[in-house]
Amino acid sequence: MISLSHVSIRQGAFRLEDISLEMGEGEYGVLMGKTGSGKTTILEAICGLRPVASGSIRLLGRDVTSLRPAARGIGYVPQDGSLFSQLSVRQHLAFALVVRRWPRPEVERRVAELAEMLGIEYLLDRKPKGLSGGEIQRVALGRALAMRPGVLLLDEPLSALDEDTRGEMHELLLAVRRQTRVTALHVTHNRSDAERLADRLFELRDGVLREVT
Amino acid sequence: MHCDRLFLAGLATLLGTYVLLIAALLVALGSFTSPVYLVRALSSPEIQYAFRLSLISCTLSTLLSLWIAVPAGYLLSRFGFRGKNLVDTLLDVPIVLPPLVLGLALLILFQTPPGRAIERVVPVTFAVPSVVLAQFSVACAFAVRTMRVTFDQISPRSEEVAMTLGCSRAQAFWMIAFPEARRGMLTAATLAWARSLGEFGPILVFSGATRMRTEVLPTTVFLELSIGNIEAAAAVSLVMVVAAMVVLLLARAFGLRGTGLI
Repeated sequence: MISLSHVSIRQGAFRLEDISLEMGEGEYGVLMGKTGSGKTTILEAICGLRPVASGSIRLLGRDVTSLRPAARGIGYVPQDGSLFSQLSVRQHLAFALVVRRWPRPEVERRVAELAEMLGIEYLLDRKPKGLSGGEIQRVALGRALAMRPGVLLLDEPLSALDEDTRGEMHELLLAVRRQTRVTALHVTHNRSDAERLADRLFELRDGVLREVT
Repeated sequence: MHCDRLFLAGLATLLGTYVLLIAALLVALGSFTSPVYLVRALSSPEIQYAFRLSLISCTLSTLLSLWIAVPAGYLLSRFGFRGKNLVDTLLDVPIVLPPLVLGLALLILFQTPPGRAIERVVPVTFAVPSVVLAQFSVACAFAVRTMRVTFDQISPRSEEVAMTLGCSRAQAFWMIAFPEARRGMLTAATLAWARSLGEFGPILVFSGATRMRTEVLPTTVFLELSIGNIEAAAAVSLVMVVAAMVVLLLARAFGLRGTGLI
């Protein structure tokens, strides 16, 4: 589950005050809002990349408000994928596991499993340069899911994709959700993402977060 | 269309003028010496010593510059802190300071009590370490500037993603930012090396111009000029031009071409 309780985030002149949100385990939440409304800031606060001024953030029942990003047990897919230019796709999928010193055979097994689930076996030895938008997002998704996080946070992952690829990614995200039962919060400004994916739809408007029913 | 051609012709003329000036300088230098002077200069033990000392001191000052510039550039690029503007301004001082003044400042620094304490352990002034220190003082400022621009051009987002994947900030630096900064480091090293090779003012004041002791190639040019041996000075200058060009070509061969950095 994801729980935000009266969270305030201040970043220079930009402020978000008293943001609260509750999502149950295994739910797929979509957070919509205009560009600049603060959607990404909320996601980054949940990741631990932006400090919160007050309030608390709980993930899977654990208060993570003051934990560093590495200790929060999350998977994060940023807007542009932000792949590591020096690493191959295989190294991306293995990254979180290598950092945590998993034994090599287990890393290889998990990489193969992820590559199959995401349909990127043919990309494993490629570097990010030259990958298509859809391929970049599949790799970024695989990298985020490698450690089997309880919470998946997606920041407009489909914004740069054409309609066909977006449709394919919708199918993929639904399949990932079925297979992993991960709790996901997906930030977007595209209504079709919400219609295809959301169990719960939230909207951030004028600094107020509310659920759309 | 006609306007565009005129505009491009104007740009090409300006570029051509400068390129022509550089080419003319090299030709002038080459025309003032001959292979005989070049061979004579290169076989002189004093000039061989200066050549060796230049290569070694430039390499040492480059390594020291990178050692400081990579963390300094990263810190300045990624973090805000109290007094950052002051630090930023101070970092430009070695670049804008007249070289002789920098040499004088180094000389005086090593006459202060802390300086004298260091001198008691390692003789610096008028000795080889002063050459490296004088070169490092200027080269490092250029390397820090280059590394800061390098890290500014690398999005911090990748490191943030790495931190969500289990990395500490230090691990994110070593595993993500450091490898991505490789080309910038090569540029910083090239600049630092070339800058060190041409350093003369601070070395003259802080290290002296003692043959077979603190003589580097620019010192040789100065000493040969001062005794009216212009052909030998030109020969040594050509050696420096060739050395600088070899470093530039090596840097390009290692993949800097097309990065906009060199």
